[in-house]
Amino acid sequence: MRINCPLCGERDLVEFHYEGSSKLMARPKDENDMDAFHDYLHIRSNPAGLNNELWSHEYGCRAWLLICRDTNTHKILSIDLARDVKTKGSLD
Amino acid sequence: MRISTVSLLDRSNQISFKFDGKRLFGYAGDTLASALLANNVKLLGRSFKYHRPRGVLTAGSEEPNALVSILKHGQLTPNLRATEVEIYNNLEVFSQNRWPSIKFDILRINDFLSPFLGAGFYYKTFMWPKSFWEKLYEPIIRQAAGLGRLSPVADNSKHEKAFAFCDILVIGAGPSGIMSAMTAALSGAQVILVDEDFICGGRLNSETFKVDGKAAFEWAKINVSKLRLMPNVRVFSRTTIVGLYDGNNYAGIQKVGEYLENPNEDLPDSVFWRIVSKKCILCTGAIERPIAFRNNDRPGIMMASAVRTYLNRFGVTPGKRIIVFGNNDDARRTVFDLQAKGVKVIAYVDSRKDVEKIPKVTSFINSVVINTHGVNLLSGITIKTGDITTFLKCDCLAISGGWNPTIHLTSHLGSKPIWNEAISCFVPQPKAVPDMEIAGAANGVFSTRMAMKSGVFRAREVLKSLDIKYEHIDVPETEDENYNCEPLWHVKGSGRAWLDFQNDVTVKDLKQSVQENMISVEHMKRYTTQGMATDQGKNSNVNSIGVMSELTGREIESTGTTTFRPPFVPVSIGAMGAGGSGKRFAPTRLTTSHHFNEENNAPSVEAGLWYRPNWFPKKGETSWRQSCDREVEMVRSKVGVCDVSTLGKIDVQGPDSAALLDFVYTNKISSLKLGKIRYGLMLREDGLVMDDGTCARLGSNHFIITTTTAAAGQVMRHLEFVLQVLRPDIDAQVISVTEQWAQFSIAGPRSRDLLNETCNEEISEETISFMSTLSVSIGDISACLFRISFSGEHAYEIAVPASYGDAMIRLLVSKAKKFGGGPYGMEALNVLRIEKGFITHAEIDGRVAAKDIGMLNMISPDKTCIGKAMANRPGLISDQREQLVGIKPLNEDEVLLAGAHIYCLDEAPKRVNNQGHVTSVCYSPSLKSSIGLALVKNGQKRIGEKFKMVDHLRNSEIIVNVTSPVFFDKTGSRVRG
Repeated sequence: MRINCPLCGERDLVEFHYEGSSKLMARPKDENDMDAFHDYLHIRSNPAGLNNELWSHEYGCRAWLLICRDTNTHKILSIDLARDVKTKGSLD
Repeated sequence: MRISTVSLLDRSNQISFKFDGKRLFGYAGDTLASALLANNVKLLGRSFKYHRPRGVLTAGSEEPNALVSILKHGQLTPNLRATEVEIYNNLEVFSQNRWPSIKFDILRINDFLSPFLGAGFYYKTFMWPKSFWEKLYEPIIRQAAGLGRLSPVADNSKHEKAFAFCDILVIGAGPSGIMSAMTAALSGAQVILVDEDFICGGRLNSETFKVDGKAAFEWAKINVSKLRLMPNVRVFSRTTIVGLYDGNNYAGIQKVGEYLENPNEDLPDSVFWRIVSKKCILCTGAIERPIAFRNNDRPGIMMASAVRTYLNRFGVTPGKRIIVFGNNDDARRTVFDLQAKGVKVIAYVDSRKDVEKIPKVTSFINSVVINTHGVNLLSGITIKTGDITTFLKCDCLAISGGWNPTIHLTSHLGSKPIWNEAISCFVPQPKAVPDMEIAGAANGVFSTRMAMKSGVFRAREVLKSLDIKYEHIDVPETEDENYNCEPLWHVKGSGRAWLDFQNDVTVKDLKQSVQENMISVEHMKRYTTQGMATDQGKNSNVNSIGVMSELTGREIESTGTTTFRPPFVPVSIGAMGAGGSGKRFAPTRLTTSHHFNEENNAPSVEAGLWYRPNWFPKKGETSWRQSCDREVEMVRSKVGVCDVSTLGKIDVQGPDSAALLDFVYTNKISSLKLGKIRYGLMLREDGLVMDDGTCARLGSNHFIITTTTAAAGQVMRHLEFVLQVLRPDIDAQVISVTEQWAQFSIAGPRSRDLLNETCNEEISEETISFMSTLSVSIGDISACLFRISFSGEHAYEIAVPASYGDAMIRLLVSKAKKFGGGPYGMEALNVLRIEKGFITHAEIDGRVAAKDIGMLNMISPDKTCIGKAMANRPGLISDQREQLVGIKPLNEDEVLLAGAHIYCLDEAPKRVNNQGHVTSVCYSPSLKSSIGLALVKNGQKRIGEKFKMVDHLRNSEIIVNVTSPVFFDKTGSRVRG
């Protein structure tokens, strides 16, 4: 698999660390909302199809990436810097 | 027998090699198979299960029978296909799976026991008693069954890995591949052309027709040479693409040194390629399929296409009296080629009804071969025409059941091929693989001219998708006959008819599979082992599906296909690992004091990728314990120096750096005063402990934090995650400076004296108190001094730029010696911290919560932090959790064992009664006893109680006292000096 890092260009999979669902971007604000934290940490869908997920270009620029990947084909439909998406607030 | 001179051999270069100890001769350009056939060696091995005599069946990588072992430089490599091995001078080859000799093999008895040894025999027979399987049955079966033996010596083969990138990868340099590559290359694309053979050309090297008025092989040679000279083309011969992976990654294995007698020592045996290509054109051609009939596995029975290859490419005839049997016109071509070379063709047998007889050859039309005869070699066959049977003597039978496109790579990403009734074979689905076009015989286009045309056409399609302008190219005039084949999967009759030669699977086994309702191809495959040998059923899969469809009365489409998986040909583990063994298995990280450690004979211990000194032996010390005890006493009484550079060091800067640290540490960092240091605890978001370390404030917006050696990478990634993913509003920057600073611990009552001898500044309680930091200089060098302690002693850590690390350790150790001190290693470091109850990742193993290690009060109530929400879950603050305690054997002569479990005195040492486990142990020279840290249920409230420590693996059971985890200097007075 190859990933087209927005900062470095196309690189091999071995340079990247896979973290998991992009759900991790939306950390609950209320520390006492245990249900929200439970959902944030543990509840994941397992789609056969498009999945939004977080990767880190750990052996490259160390940018955290938000990637939309088709789990059936490993085709990557979009790659953004997680910082940009978070700053725009689209997932919060 | 060699019968003619052919241009694809170098007759001036005679090569001598050994087969089972016997010296034989061949020529440069021969494969082992062609050279053996030229020497009339036809019996090459014994079959896997029945130990039947076997000879060469094919002339390519699909060979199931002719597997040999090669001895080179003391290394025996088993299961190499003789049809692919190039001979070199003094090549040493051995036949396999025979004892005592290839001509007389004791286990041939299996063949006579075959009525009992069919599919499922092992499953059904060796069921009970259960314990017998591992100890008795399996070793016996393994001894009898099998292919070559592994080399008894350690693998000394050399392999490399390499990476390549291109616009268009063309796999296979036959007619369609050459035309595809040429079209792409002339249009200016970056092209890689690979072929598994050592001479490119594919079938063009094996057939007698002309291309553009030239001999086919010559046309191939000219065009491949042209391609090799083009700057935008790379031609890799001896390279097999073995797998196709996501993102247009192609794995290829290239033979480099393995076909040479004495390769240059810089040459690897093979190179494992990863080729990334924007587009691919698959031109892998087709594999001829056998026909199943009784005793169709004898040496001398060979694929018709292979007979033509040996004849036309190698000038070798596999027999003197040959019969050709087929169901398609290629069989006829074989007869003509043999006649042209003057080889006697005894008969021609064709299973089709409406075909013409061949002039000057006894032709049996609408006929089949029903049996073959012979002991070790083929001596004759029986032909059946209607009700009439005819026996004919022969020493070679050429068979052709039609052609199967070589479509394995199209299936590697999950696409299933589809059945094409018109040409009775499986072809790839259109767009089976994104970015791949399939040309020529691989796509069911069987005539040479049409294959070439298809190569050009597919290349045009690919060029179009890459926006590269297509340059016109003419398709040469050549053979352009229709493919005319009537499927014949097996000839009905009694006896065993082989489908899978390598795993000894016959039509009978498939019948039994169907009888037992294993009618899915996938079930049949696993029950009979058809297609599961090293050839992966290249000769047998389609035939088996054909037979299954007949047996179950289903159409072939609905019978299904099995799944082709990588690798296309067997690849040695060494080649896949490609040099990643021994020291090259993982990178080595060395500290700046490494040379010093080596000069002082300190044995290394691996800490992740780091190598750290374990202890520094002194003259007269005979065991590590002696050295370790001395080093501990040295630190406790005088002063010791230890390299601690492997701990993670992260530089944090920016206006919000304190806010960042408040968010990632449980305790408050923003209140830390300038020049002060605080111990910090980090949690994971799930509330469990991630890591601990220190945090020093160097400026109002500048901190240096440390991590454990083990979690340095994890913590760095975590901080970046927080900054980029969770809180981009925090304006702070983090960077790892672990390798930029060499850091040394100076610990012991004389540490301050040592530093005063070393630093330009005065070191005193006033200038640097416990848990504070100071900028110092040593000569001209600026350094950072931290007063922190991992030993419980009055101690410092000094950080200098890494380039001064080597000088620094030498300076510090020489100064330490003045005070009766010296260097200490990891063993002593571990004892010092266990005596003080300091934790490492042996304790915070990812399952431990803050309360378990007595640090619940470190979670600040005044602020939020990562993991705080979940750390309050009832399950993580329960008293029933295992908590950190110290343990000591009741009898001080007894020894604690790390990993042992803790049980109540009156309970059986069983899993359900487990009270906890021992995490770290050492011998404490300060306490003169074995001591340890343990995690024990509700341990903090059970201090003073007695327990059993049981180690089931090392058979130890002793009584221990649970104590406070702090064994030494419980008030912490020493650390304050």
